[in-house]
Amino acid sequence: MSQSNQISKSQPIKKTEGRPNRPSVAAHRISLDQTVRKSFLVITLLPLFLIIIVTIALVIRSWPILVAYPIKDLLLGNIWRPDKGLFGFFPYIIATFWVTIVGVLLATPLCIFVSIYLSEYAHSFTRMVAKPILDLLAAIPPVVYGVWGLVAIVPFVDKVLAPLSDRWLSSVTIFKVNQPTGFSILSAGIVLAVMIAPLIISVMYEIFSTVSNDLRHAALAVGATQWQTIRSVVLPQVAPGIIAAIVLGASRALGETIAVLMVVGNVPKTPTSIFDAAYPLPALIANNYGDMMSIPLYDSALLAAALVLLIVILIFNILSMLVIQRMLRQKWAS
Amino acid sequence: MGFLRKKYWQRRHLMEAFMKLVMRVSLVIVTGSLGLILWIVIVRGLPALSWDMVTKIPEGGYYMGKGGGILNAILGSLYLAAGGTLLAMIFSVPIAMYLKTYLGDSKWGNYVRLSLDVLWGIPSIVYGAFGFTLMIALGLRASLLAGIIVLGLIELPIMTRAMDEVIRRMPVDLEHAALALGSTKFEVALRVVTRQMLPGITTAILLGFGRGIGDAASVLFTAGYTDRIPTSLMRPTASLPLAVFFQLGSPYPEVQQRGYAAALILTIIVLAVSLGSRWLSARLNKYTVK
Repeated sequence: MSQSNQISKSQPIKKTEGRPNRPSVAAHRISLDQTVRKSFLVITLLPLFLIIIVTIALVIRSWPILVAYPIKDLLLGNIWRPDKGLFGFFPYIIATFWVTIVGVLLATPLCIFVSIYLSEYAHSFTRMVAKPILDLLAAIPPVVYGVWGLVAIVPFVDKVLAPLSDRWLSSVTIFKVNQPTGFSILSAGIVLAVMIAPLIISVMYEIFSTVSNDLRHAALAVGATQWQTIRSVVLPQVAPGIIAAIVLGASRALGETIAVLMVVGNVPKTPTSIFDAAYPLPALIANNYGDMMSIPLYDSALLAAALVLLIVILIFNILSMLVIQRMLRQKWAS
Repeated sequence: MGFLRKKYWQRRHLMEAFMKLVMRVSLVIVTGSLGLILWIVIVRGLPALSWDMVTKIPEGGYYMGKGGGILNAILGSLYLAAGGTLLAMIFSVPIAMYLKTYLGDSKWGNYVRLSLDVLWGIPSIVYGAFGFTLMIALGLRASLLAGIIVLGLIELPIMTRAMDEVIRRMPVDLEHAALALGSTKFEVALRVVTRQMLPGITTAILLGFGRGIGDAASVLFTAGYTDRIPTSLMRPTASLPLAVFFQLGSPYPEVQQRGYAAALILTIIVLAVSLGSRWLSARLNKYTVK
């Protein structure tokens, strides 16, 4: 920074003693540098503005419905009948959270174990094989996850998990099987868990590598087993980062559309069990984009749904990213 | 024979062995799910895959099981992803350069990185809704152009961060050497950073392309769907993810079969791009100073 400031401040190039300079060349180069610098600065600020622009655009477009109904009625209303002028987001919001929570609960232990294994135990060969596999998993498009969910997970939930749960856990409300089709929150959760796992694992892996090896060696030297070291030395150090990684994964799960849409059943009812079908917000938006122009306030309502989603995701994202950036910066600094 | 010694039957050693087992099982579950996904897509898609699928556009009655293919969707997706990647390139290269040469690890540099990460996290359905709003504001209809713009927005943070991660590892000495010889920061960016960034740029292009071609929720709103191959930027266009999605929703088994085949084609493209980027960046990394 400081060097560039000096160059920019000394604009009229002073003649130094003894040696004649070539003002034409230098001035040309410096002015080019400055032009580029200014124009690149504008481009660089684009991402910052883009977040704001997206938010503002959605606020403007969803304004009509936010004015027409009290926000409480929109968020807590139970009935969604756009043709009758009833816009209650509650079942959709609840469904979104259910699907996300199930996905995150399934993914969290797996991701923690895998990232611990890769960063603490694994042979470098295992790491070399596992990383590309995780990258490929992250590269698979959502719609292919949806196909997988449709062909493998939905029947699996229907034929295997639902009967099991019916037999052993039917007294617990959230495991009760009310409608046996397999298109359920659980199916969506399983698909989501696999979708967000690569991201969570890669973030956790980075976080684990911020712990200095001296600490590990100290614990191992006094006779702790490796797992004792991890549990009592490494994990407390990285706990905030682990939580942030999970929150980040949750924010991805919240917005996932196509894959969830294909396996969740899309029944607009407040779910009570993980074997119930549900209708999350992104699916609501995606399914109704076509006919939303014909009914008054409908498009505004759908964009309000997108706005709700965006705000929740922004909060999750920014909080987790701040924690992760801080932890990783410690590593860069040390 | 270590296992027979008494020490190994202590609780903490059993715990160690148990946790290790749990971790290995977790790793197998996560990596195995890739195999499971590929297996399902191949088993379902391969029988329906034919030469017609990739060389013909839908003929009359295609969606009732008659002849034709999904060339419209394949080409549409390639146009969309290529256009989006190109658009994102135009902005992401300067941003990555600016981050490296002018901002570095400063406070503002980290703000920009944070904003990129946040943009990365915004779901494509929200981008789709935003794109739709933008389209209405600009008076556009669902078209290739609108799809490209939205995909460009989605790919921008991914590509920039990929470049940034690579270029961050460039030794400062290189930069200092160039500055010490009297070059301006822009000259450093142009002559030194760009060359070091080359593997990063190729990785970023392929990463962005892979993400763009697989994205369904955003093009659903903005690019529309049609049986024709788009001839201009203002025409709507089909795309592979939506081809999968719509065909699976059909009541006709033949059409559903083709949906699986389309999923297989999409998966092959995405995996090829992903593996290609790995190979290419490994190759190009040889020519950078570390």
